[in-house]
Amino acid sequence: MVNDKSQRLDRVFSALGDPTRRAILARLARDSALSVSRLAEPFAIKLPAVMKHLDVLEDVGLIRRTKEGRTVTVELSPRPLKAAMDWLQRYERFWEASLDRLTRYAEKKERETPEKDE
Amino acid sequence: MSQVTLVRRIAARPSIVFDALTTSEGMSSWWGPDEGPVLSAASDAKVGGRFCIRFRKLDGTEHECSGEFLEIEQPSRIVMSWQWISGGLPQERERVSRLELHLRPIDTGTELTLIHAALRDEASAGEHAWGWGGALDKLERRFVAVS
Repeated sequence: MVNDKSQRLDRVFSALGDPTRRAILARLARDSALSVSRLAEPFAIKLPAVMKHLDVLEDVGLIRRTKEGRTVTVELSPRPLKAAMDWLQRYERFWEASLDRLTRYAEKKERETPEKDE
Repeated sequence: MSQVTLVRRIAARPSIVFDALTTSEGMSSWWGPDEGPVLSAASDAKVGGRFCIRFRKLDGTEHECSGEFLEIEQPSRIVMSWQWISGGLPQERERVSRLELHLRPIDTGTELTLIHAALRDEASAGEHAWGWGGALDKLERRFVAVS
């Protein structure tokens, strides 16, 4: 179970590794739901390539596609990003606390060590 | 997004900060997320050498992490891999991540930059540079509110 979670996070990070996919997400964050053709407009790649990126994003659950008539609408689905954010926040806290103590330790050492050491 | 970057200005010269980051004595003085004690720290600070740190958090749980020194340039740069051996978060126990430390001399001592990047288990070539562009800063603000 837990390993599943870890692998899912890996896949999210991997999906986010591509600049086009990040740009797609950023656009969806700004404009909420967009049709595929409108979403593809600003990109210098062909529609099938955009669709491929959408497949990757949908696979890891970062977006949702809904079809109404002939229009496919793309929406952001934020939960996987929340997991990625949690990872970040957890380690930010971890390292902040560690670096507080590192700083105190190094500054004490500095006071105890003669200058010529450098 | 997949990496944490922190910058600290420390009133100590780089050689002292470098030792604090790499020696067993230094590591045992600061490693860990709260004021709980470091129980043991062993470090063989050379390329290919390993370190292992065990600490107890204030909640009584014990955690152990270890890794390998991948690059060392005294006193300006350290790159190491690290992972949880026990404790930590169970879902992350198999994950190897990468820790980079850069030391830059400044008038008042040392500017230390710490970069901790998540790595995938299978080190798929070239996929490590998951830098998040400015576009995602916007996403971050949006998703902080989602919980």
